[in-house]
Parts: sequence; C-alpha cells; structure tokens
Amino acid sequence: MPNLTRRDVIKAQAVAAAAAAAGLPIPAAAQNLVTDAQLTDLKWSKAPCRFCGTGCSIMVATKAGRVVATHGDAEAEVNRGLNCVKGYFLSKIMYGQDRLTQPLLRKSNGVYDKNGDFEPVSWDEAFDIMAEKWKATLKAKGPQGIGMFGSGQWTVWEGYAASKLMKAGFRSNNIDPNARHCMASAVVGFIRTFGIDEPMGCYDDFEHADAFVLWGSNMAEMHPILWTRIADRRFSHPHVKVAVLSTFQHRSFDLADIPAVFTPHTDLVILNYIANYIIQNGAVNQDFVAKHVNFARGATDIGYGLRDNHPLQQAAANPNSGKSEPMSFDEFAEFVSEYTLEKAAEMSGVPAETLEKIAALYADPDTKVMSLWTMGVNQHTRGVWVNNMIYNIHLLTGKISQPGNSPFSLTGQPSACGTAREVGTFAHRLPADLLVAKPEHRAYAEKIWKLPAGTVPEWVGAHAVLQNRKLKDGEINCYWVQVNNNMQAAPNMMEEGLPGYRNPDNFIVVSDAYPTVTAEAADLILPTAMWVEKEGAYGNAERRTQFWYQLVNAPGESKSDMWQLVEFSKRFTTDEVWPAEILDANPDYKGKTLFEVLFANGQVDKFEMTEKAKEYGNHESEDFGFYIQKGLFEEYAEFGRGHAHDLAPFDTYHEVRGLRWPVVDGKETKWRFKEGSDPYVKPGSDFDFYGKPDGKAVIFALPYEPPAESPDADYPLWLSTGRVLEHWHSGSMTQRVPELHKAVPDALVYMHPDDAEAMGVRRGSAVKVESRRGHIISRVETRGRNKPPKGLVFVPWFDARQLINKVTLDATDPLSKQTDFKKCAVRVVPVGV
Amino acid sequence: MKRKLSLVAALVLAVAGSAMAQTSIATLRGGTPLNTESEPPAMAKEINSDLRQVRNYPEQPPLIPHKIDGYQIDLNANKCLSCHSRAAVEISQAPMISITHFMNRDNQFLASVTPRRYFCNQCHVVQTDARPLVENGFVDIDQVLDYVKNNQGSSD
Repeated sequence: MPNLTRRDVIKAQAVAAAAAAAGLPIPAAAQNLVTDAQLTDLKWSKAPCRFCGTGCSIMVATKAGRVVATHGDAEAEVNRGLNCVKGYFLSKIMYGQDRLTQPLLRKSNGVYDKNGDFEPVSWDEAFDIMAEKWKATLKAKGPQGIGMFGSGQWTVWEGYAASKLMKAGFRSNNIDPNARHCMASAVVGFIRTFGIDEPMGCYDDFEHADAFVLWGSNMAEMHPILWTRIADRRFSHPHVKVAVLSTFQHRSFDLADIPAVFTPHTDLVILNYIANYIIQNGAVNQDFVAKHVNFARGATDIGYGLRDNHPLQQAAANPNSGKSEPMSFDEFAEFVSEYTLEKAAEMSGVPAETLEKIAALYADPDTKVMSLWTMGVNQHTRGVWVNNMIYNIHLLTGKISQPGNSPFSLTGQPSACGTAREVGTFAHRLPADLLVAKPEHRAYAEKIWKLPAGTVPEWVGAHAVLQNRKLKDGEINCYWVQVNNNMQAAPNMMEEGLPGYRNPDNFIVVSDAYPTVTAEAADLILPTAMWVEKEGAYGNAERRTQFWYQLVNAPGESKSDMWQLVEFSKRFTTDEVWPAEILDANPDYKGKTLFEVLFANGQVDKFEMTEKAKEYGNHESEDFGFYIQKGLFEEYAEFGRGHAHDLAPFDTYHEVRGLRWPVVDGKETKWRFKEGSDPYVKPGSDFDFYGKPDGKAVIFALPYEPPAESPDADYPLWLSTGRVLEHWHSGSMTQRVPELHKAVPDALVYMHPDDAEAMGVRRGSAVKVESRRGHIISRVETRGRNKPPKGLVFVPWFDARQLINKVTLDATDPLSKQTDFKKCAVRVVPVGV
Repeated sequence: MKRKLSLVAALVLAVAGSAMAQTSIATLRGGTPLNTESEPPAMAKEINSDLRQVRNYPEQPPLIPHKIDGYQIDLNANKCLSCHSRAAVEISQAPMISITHFMNRDNQFLASVTPRRYFCNQCHVVQTDARPLVENGFVDIDQVLDYVKNNQGSSD
C-alpha cells in the first residue's frame, strides 16, 4: 500500500467537504449492500488510547485518509477488547471543526503586539518571532528567564526532544510537565520509600487479589477499564472484598462491600490507625520486616508549598523538609500507638466497625490486598506522606511485589509514566531516575548526548506552580506550553495563571490542536498534530511501553510537537546560547546550530528513511530526512539499559501490544523487587529493594497535620474538584465529540440536598461558587452520580465555560510541589439567573 | 488578508450566533473573556424518546435513548438487565445485550453476562438535549465509501 501522500490529504479533505454538503448523519434510507472487498476492507492498525494512564490498546480503522472507526483491541492484555465510552468515541476526537490549521500570532498593524488580535502567520514568521524573543531573554536574563510546560501526553520522543532542547540546548531546567499536577506526589513517595520510581506490581494483580482498597480513587469513572477487571474479579469470586474510601460518595461505591466517606485529610489518620492495628494484632510480617525494611521518622510541620511570604509558610517550622532520621521498629510502634480506633473514628467520621474491617483486610495474612489510588492521594498537601503511609502498611505485612499483593499507584495521563517520569521531563530530573542536582548524573547524560562537560545546569528548575508565579512576577519571560491546557488546569487562575500569561513582559507560546482556554491566553498559537496524526509512544501505569504509527495526516499546516521542537532548534547556534568557557574548552562545538549538536549528532540521525514502515506516513522524518523517532528512542533507551529501566529495541514495540520494563533478554518484568520475577534482584535475597543502597525499603513515621485551608464561618464548605467519566481532563477533545458533550454537557455543583435547602437553592438553581481567590457561576445538582456529605461540594473541571480553577488554592505538597485540588474553602451563593 | 477572513469565517461558523472578537478564540467559551463568567445554560434535559440513533460505526456502543434516573446498578442488582437481558426481551421488546457481553477476558462465552460488562454506564450513556458547542467533522464510513466509489480512489 502506498504512503500517505498529498493526494490522500486532498482526498480526505474532499471527503469531509462532501459529507458536510450532504449533511450529517446520513438518512437511514434503504441501501444496497456494498460487498466489494476492495471497498469494504478497512485498514486496521493498533494505537494506545489518547486518554488516561490505563493504556488501553485501540484498533483504529482508516479509509481514504480518514479515521472511520475504532474499537477495543482484543489482543491487548490491558483491555481485552473493551473500551470506556470515551475510548469508543476516539474516532471523533480529531475532527472538531475548530481544529487549528495555521500558526496564529497576536498582531496590530502587521507586527506582533501582546494586545493585538490573532492573525494567521507562516511557520517561518512564527519561529522568527519566537527566536527573537528567546534570544533577547537569554541575553538579558540567561537560561532562568525562559521556561517550558509540557505534559504526560507528550509522546516519549516528544518529551525527550523537549527535555534535551531545554536542559542541554538552552541550558535551562525550567521545564516541567503537567504530570506535576497529577503524579508528583506518587513519584516522591516512590523515591522516598523505594529509591526508584513506578509501581512494583502490574495489572495482573487484578486477577489475583482477594481485596481491593480504593484510597480516594473513583476508578469506576476515572479508570473504567481497570474497574471492569475489579468487577470481574469481585463478581466471579464471591470471597473478594472491595473497600472504597473517599471524601464523598461516587460511582465506585456501587461495588463497595466496605464503603467509607471520611473527613478530608484524615486519610493520614486512618493509615496510621491501620499500621497501629497491624502491630497491636500481631500481624506484622516479622521476617520480611527484619530483612527488607528500615524505619525512619520524617520531618514534620513542613508548610504548604505556598509563596514564601504566605503566613502559613512563615509559620512552618521545617518548610519543604523531606528529611528523616532512622528509628527502630519499637519507636515506630510507639509513634503510631496514639492513632487508636476511637481517635481514627472520631477524626475521620468513619464508623469504628468500618475502619476495623478495612484494617483487617491488610492484617489477615491470607488476604492478598491491592491498594489503589490516584488524585485523592496525590493532590494533597501531604500527598507524599500518604503515599509513604500506604507503603507502610504493605511493608509491615510483606504484602508487596507478589501477584495480588500490590500497592498500586494509578496514573491519570497516557504517558505520565512513559514520558514525564521515565524520560524525566521534570525540572529536577533526567532520564531513568537521574537528577540534575547530581554531578555524576549530569556527566552521564552529557556523555550519552555527546555534549561538553558542564552543558547541563545543576540548578533545579521551576516546577509547575512556581512557573506560573515566576510568570506573574516577570522572572520567566519566554514560555512554551505543549500538549496541555494549563490555564484551565492550574490552580488559582485569577491570582497566578492569567496575570502571568498576560504580563506585558512575557511572550507565551501554546502548541495545541484546538483553540483552548490556554491558547486564548497566549501570544502565539502553533497548530499541532495529535494522536494518530504522528508516530508515537506512550508508557502506561504498569510500566508498559506502547507504540503506534502515523495513520492519517494532520489538517492544514499542523505539525507534531516533536517537529516543532526540532525545527525550532535550527534557529539557534551554540555561540548564542552557551557560555564562552564551554565553547573555548570545546571549540568543535563553536558555530554549530542546536539542531546539529542535539539531533544531527550521529545518533538521533543514525537511522535511514528506509528503516521506517513503508505503509505508514511520518511527517517529521519526511521533513528531517532520517527516521527521527527511532533515533530519539534508541538514544534515550541508552540511559536505562543495564540500569533496571531496560527498554526493548525500537522495532519490537511496533510488533507487540506493549512490554513492561525492565525488558531483559527480551522478557518483560511483571513484579519488581521479587526474586524469580525481577532479573535485577540479588540471588538469594528473596526481596531486594535495589533502589536503596542497602536493598531495604523505608517505613516512615509521619503524623496527621491539618490542611492548608479548611471551611470557616465565611467559607463554610469544602470544595473538591475532579473528573467525570465522559470527559477527559480539560475536555478539549471530549467536549468536541457531540455524543460525549450531550451525555454530560456542563459542569455542575454536586451538593447534599440539606446544604442546598439551607442555602435556599435547589437542583438547577444558578449559584456562585466562591473562594477567597475567585468564583464561577454554575448550577446545583443534588441527585446526580456524586453524593457529597453535608459540608462538601464537588465541581468537575472539564468545562471550559466554568473554570473552577479560578476558585482553587495553589497550596502544594511541600515535597512534591503538587497542588491539592481536592481541598479548599468555598461558599455557595444563589444568583438571580 | 484573505486567509484571515476565512479563519474568522470558520470561527464564526463554529460558534454560531455569538459575536467573536479575534482576541477570543477559545471556541468552547462562546466568546466570554477568560476573566468573566457567563450565565450557565439551564440544566439540559435527558432525551427520553426511545428512538435509537444511528451508530457512527458498528463497534460503537449504542447510546441510551431513555432516562435512567435512579436505575440501580450495584453489587445487588442491575436494573438495565431487567429489560435488556436475553430472557427479558420478549416481554420488554428492548434490544438484547450484544453477544460480546457474554465473553470473558479469554473470549470464551459464559453461561451468563460477563461481570466485566456489569456496569453498563461505563460504555452506554444517555443523551441530553444540549446542543454541541462545536460541530464535529467525522465522516460516516458509507459516505467515505461513496466518495471512494465515485472517485475510483484506491482504498487504504
């Protein structure tokens, strides 16, 4: 079959035009059956789903340059033929009629003007103005003056190219992904407890566990396909128990044997109570603990990740401290002994007998337990602590790294693991868990990248929330946002995000497929190829790396994020961006473009066009003249091979339905740290937590500390934000699918009927949801799928017309810098519309 | 200038009826500036017509053409199956659940509905009378085939 050609593009556009003229959908008139195989044959190709971190595999049908159907991939272990409703409508996500097709620049009288209107410009003009702004800022402020905000939706090589361009090219670590909003607490939790990121178990645990405990997660809506595996296990094996803990009742409670609605933030109390219960009931796995665990007392009173001049920060004794001191088992037992059943029940509001039932699941040596969590735990001003404390109870009982015994951190984005974490697109990281702060790690990166010593800077860059603060304060002046909608997603939009983007000193570039809220706040918008309009790779929550080919062409002049990054690198020479001392010491690098030193380096450009699949297009490689995805991937994979992050050869991933790393001798790894299933475990050790120098994981003694903001007389309600099944994140894709939009058209304020009555409102009333920082206007829902207790309201954040992050607080976990989107104080006031 | 006009025209089409300034391109917001709140639309009504909709492609789960308010689907009961199960359809005259719903993870048919398909509303959703915020240009396969036939196009 031929490559996608220009003719195919024209054809595809013509098909769309013909359909538009005919009107949609077609009338159900009698039709002659079309049977000619030449016509009815569809070309089916695999691709991972574009949405959450579950990583379902999708079969995608194309015909005449269009995606015409999608369904769940029956061969994929993750989903075995199933999709959630969003996944079933993937066919339509690329076809919103407002796709961006040309770069748009704010202009007045033909020249760039921050206050001008958006006008179409050529890619050349777009890159010209960008390069001009970047060079001026680099000259005036150095690498600290520029920044980039990427995503767990970047493909592996997009994130890799971005990280390399920023950290090695521009010598700026001011790059962070939106995974900071979703996974950072999980990451720091892993690093603190195990010294290495990402889950030890895998999805096979679903078919082995006897009990599932959901910590603040609503998997029924947010990870529906994993929920089907839990439902399958629960109904097929009646001894299986499901416990669901949350601050409000939601759909996952429909499967709960043990439901528990707790007061926000008291998960800290419940987890310490369970540790205490395990100890008091003699359920500690003494042998495991003696051989494989250390105990440590963590620093306390660590603040709330607010601006340094915030009173709460100034009141903290140990702001941002992740320090800890070794302690004994007995000291740990003493530490948790104050978390009695009575105290836990009183503080959490959960009945004592319910708490005991949950604790007993963990304590019973014959019950294999899978704990599951996502944003409820991670978006938490003590999110790292809660991650540590979940590991505590699995480590005390030795319920880890074996089929069905699995503390499992779920992810929200399709490549939060594969790109944001494994590639290391965070402000402090390099690929394969390496850190910019460590000289030997920087040297290792520079060696693989064939770059002069000292190229990668040692300073930790600005994280997501700090980037917005620095934009507002005029400290970052050039800023590039790719594959995310951070104006809608980031907290405290009115006080931090919007003033930062519109600060007259700043030049903001947003790459997106659609005109999002973030694009509107930008100065330059770059039209971007999405999903199967480019060749890509994602890594899901169980360490599974999955590839796909470019299946259709992107509309208009859209190009992938990777193309944009690599093309932009041609606009700079080393002399413009590197200091003289590096160039004087390495004269061979003088006068080279960043493209030459980063991408045409003999490695990234090593693979010829003949190596790429003949039957699929590849717009980036066609432009650059070499198989760039393979070059980027193979260079990147060098970081992890032999270091417990081994990836298979590039071509393998195009053949299989993904593989779970480390992939050693062609074999994937299902359970890490366990002898027999993980090749990196020391022989004879049984368990080996090799991320730590002594092979031992750490149990942390950490207390309850109050949230950053709690309801009071003026703002008497808790606000929790989150998602709904039918929309993914900010809705920029799903709100453009009519069926999904019509299923859930608007954000609503889910509240208890008694609270509504007390405020003089009822279902459907328009209300103002207001905090100390901002407000939205929405409508009340008292009998929807979410049933909050009195005193708490839930508002989803997908709706571009109701930007709930105008209301939220930019308090973060002080260790992970991840925002707590689940807790702030609001009032709900009726409005007369 | 011509390109500029066509862009404006496209945006105006996308957000029918609302006055668009070019500074405001977030089409889902219908022209409301980022720092401003618009009146929220009235709560959309669920469509309860019982009229089935054409599927976009055969693999798409059918949409639910009726209200499901208060339907119990939990550990104890599944209200949907009281009409859509194999045994119920003679009386209910509702469509029977697809045979795929009897298959386990290994594609074997079970004696009854597979529990992995138990929560119907993970795939099947009701529709409200809300109007799309933006039109979608997905093209139905029949029209793609018509195009291919009429243009002697090779298929791929």
